[in-house]
Amino acid sequence: MASTMLSLASVSPSFSLSIQGKIKLGSLERNNLFIKTESFGRMSMVAAVNPSRFEGVTMAPPDPILGVSEAFKASTNEMKLNLGVGAYRTEELQPYVLNVVKKAENLMLERGENKEYLPIEGLAAFNKATAELLFGADNPVIKEQKVATVQGLSGTGSLRLAAAFIELYFPGAKALISSPTWGNHKNIFNDARVPWSEYRYYDPKTVGLDFEGMISDIKTCFVFHELYSPEGSFVLLHGCAHNPTGIDPTPQQWEKIADVIQEKNHIPFFDVAYQGFASGSLDADAAAVRLFVARGMELLVAQSYSKNLGLYAERIGAINVVLTSSDTAARVKSQLKRLARPMYSNPPIHGAKIVANIVGDPTLFSEWKAEMEMMAGRIKNVRQKLYDSLCAEDKSRKDWSFILKQIGMFSFTGLNKTQTENMTNKWHVFMTKDGRISLAGLNLAKCEYLSNAIIDSYHNVC
Amino acid sequence: MSPQFTSPGAHSSSPTFSSSSSSSSSSFSSASDRRLNALVRHLATEESSPMDSISASPTSAHADSVFAHVVRGPEDPILGVTVAYNKDHSPHKLNLGVGAYRTEEGKPLVLNVVRKAEQNLVNDMSRVKEYLPIVGLADFNKLSARLILGADSPAIQENRVTTVQCLSGTGSLRVGGEFLARHYHERTIYIPQPTWGNHTKVFTLAGLSVKTYRYYDPATRGLNFQGLLEDLGSAPAGAVVLLHACAHNPTGVDPTLEQWEQIRQLMRSRALLPFFDSAYQGFASGSLDADAQSVRRFAADGGELLLAQSYAKNMGLYGERVGALSIVLKTAEVASKVESQLKLVIRPMYSNPPIHGASIVATILKDRDLFNEWTIELKAMADRIISMRHQLFDSLRAKGTPGDWSHIIKQIGMFTFTGLNPEQVAFMTKEYHIYMTSDGRISMAGLSSRTVPHLTEAIHAAVTRVA
Repeated sequence: MASTMLSLASVSPSFSLSIQGKIKLGSLERNNLFIKTESFGRMSMVAAVNPSRFEGVTMAPPDPILGVSEAFKASTNEMKLNLGVGAYRTEELQPYVLNVVKKAENLMLERGENKEYLPIEGLAAFNKATAELLFGADNPVIKEQKVATVQGLSGTGSLRLAAAFIELYFPGAKALISSPTWGNHKNIFNDARVPWSEYRYYDPKTVGLDFEGMISDIKTCFVFHELYSPEGSFVLLHGCAHNPTGIDPTPQQWEKIADVIQEKNHIPFFDVAYQGFASGSLDADAAAVRLFVARGMELLVAQSYSKNLGLYAERIGAINVVLTSSDTAARVKSQLKRLARPMYSNPPIHGAKIVANIVGDPTLFSEWKAEMEMMAGRIKNVRQKLYDSLCAEDKSRKDWSFILKQIGMFSFTGLNKTQTENMTNKWHVFMTKDGRISLAGLNLAKCEYLSNAIIDSYHNVC
Repeated sequence: MSPQFTSPGAHSSSPTFSSSSSSSSSSFSSASDRRLNALVRHLATEESSPMDSISASPTSAHADSVFAHVVRGPEDPILGVTVAYNKDHSPHKLNLGVGAYRTEEGKPLVLNVVRKAEQNLVNDMSRVKEYLPIVGLADFNKLSARLILGADSPAIQENRVTTVQCLSGTGSLRVGGEFLARHYHERTIYIPQPTWGNHTKVFTLAGLSVKTYRYYDPATRGLNFQGLLEDLGSAPAGAVVLLHACAHNPTGVDPTLEQWEQIRQLMRSRALLPFFDSAYQGFASGSLDADAQSVRRFAADGGELLLAQSYAKNMGLYGERVGALSIVLKTAEVASKVESQLKLVIRPMYSNPPIHGASIVATILKDRDLFNEWTIELKAMADRIISMRHQLFDSLRAKGTPGDWSHIIKQIGMFTFTGLNPEQVAFMTKEYHIYMTSDGRISMAGLSSRTVPHLTEAIHAAVTRVA
């Protein structure tokens, strides 16, 4: 018997492990075991010989963005620089928890608030605060209750709720997304079963906005899907600090974008992940959204507090839908709730309370604005220093001003895949293959080194 | 103010939906009609996909809302009970709806051990709020698997378990369901009749089709074991079967250990895939190990299973949304591949899970003193609920309320399936301001010694005056 078991062990590794398990269990009988070891051994043998029902599951590829940080960690070179990270770093390149957030958390603990379920739509005080922050407290759409706001799991969760809503209530309708866009946008629409296509956005020649291409594609982007006609797509727009390029339309360009969207009866769908973090001003960064709202347009806006309040891991955001009437807003909100309930029932309370406490207290709110200006300011300084270094080091007359024109955490350097690999392999600068760098991961001290790396990769590698 | 529309079709096909708007169909274009018809078809058959209906029409122009066709959804039946309760101004109102623990004083409870853990976290200056990995907090995942499967679980030691942090029980069920819909050959899940109201919606939206197996026997107010065995016995081989690990919601009726063993043997002989919902470990009997027996038996036989864990009740972390999905596989290699695929489900849903609640749990589970304190507080909650059961039972008997009420003390966990019908429930709400779900489920956690008499009165009246 024993020899039979041993020979089987050589065939199937899981079976030999089962024997080990059996022996171990036998020595732990006093720990309240309910299974007789003999019957366990027999059952184990049967189970081990039958293969897994999930044998055919393939290994999924690692996430392209997170893989950069992992490679960085593995590197032992002392000059290494992590420009893949989409999270703010201090000048000392450390993660940053805002002081105002620590204060809020202490307050919450002192008050001894309870941990009851939130309503499906989230914390009411948070929903009120977040809509007012985005649209302005005096905005008619707020006063007239034409906004449906539902707390979501940061930007991703809010986008997903909206996508699920689109799939349900606008079956066959398409999402138009910029080329390029944040890598996860496509995954979200795919999983929500919302078809999508791209509009031109990034112009590699200018390292700027391909405005004509963008307008043209929004005008003519359509798909013939049985009875489906071209109008009424959901145009995904980055409210500010476009990710990954850092390239935003000018106010005049926003007006034209709104024109063509209205003309085609498309529905604007804003992703606002950097309000206040891009320019340092909450109002300035909301200008694009407010421009569309002022035209009386119905639209969707996904918000995130990951970056501007540094609440990354708390997963706090919201989906807002601006409608033409308060009754429609109430109905839309009820349907968003019906989509949230079978996904996670109700959203997490902690991040929502932090935001509500900060926004609801004038002192904390002011402090937040100051810290946000500081973060945005540091990034602007780093952009300036990088630009100055590039100009100083680069003997060619290449125009590096796009570094200054781009805004937010990210910059599209214009480096191609091979050049990016040179950045990593030769200079130990870790970044995503599309040429995106995170300025948040850069400090003044490293600007010169980075500019050397960029110049070398740009000029000496094809 | 633009006119509001309802399609005449909407009224006839889905009477449960009410719109506060008046109907006016004269300015409809045929395109809007098509969209409304598509929507009505969807609403009429909630489980079916709307994709087979006629495609969308262009958005209506100008002043009309493009969302005009969206009708008001009904309140969630369970959470809606609290909404209705909050609107009631009676001083005698009693909320026996949603399953959240209440103290004897009727107040929500944050465990002392949770407060301590939170204080530790806030005081720790080295803590940051960086994104968790997609699969969540590593410590939390390891400790959660150990908690339910047992520290000595061979499956854990052999690295055959993949555990991912999810949004409490609901999120764990949803992620597990989505994974099965994509990677498992049998896309049907069998759920007990009755079950938690949200189960059907979770699995349907995840992409599975839902069938039921007999569970509750109204005649005995206990388990219909024969029916259960028959239904599972005739399920297609390989089908997924949802099992409540303990403290069945809403009935409170659990199989005995012997019955669990029979269920296990039947399921393994037909290669039925178990999907455990464990929302009450430690909360049901007061013992973490006792409440984990059903899961551990299945895991111990070397077979595969899915498991959704929630810390909402047993650690009182309701609003923090802390839970975990564990999948026990045959080999470590498969477990690793499965984990990579779970990440693909999670990333487009919410990217990575919230840190706060998971950190609290990890802090408690890894510290021996905090863990012990937790078990004591947990037992106290369970004991109070058991005490409420006895008080209610004694009170009904003393009053001479007709019927056999012994199921109140035989059932286990937070909920009791009273056996009251929807008319009786409505009566109790209207006349006695007692809020509960229409299936007759009451949350014992919402009762206190002070309110037992009021509930007894109400039940007595309902049973004697309403059919």
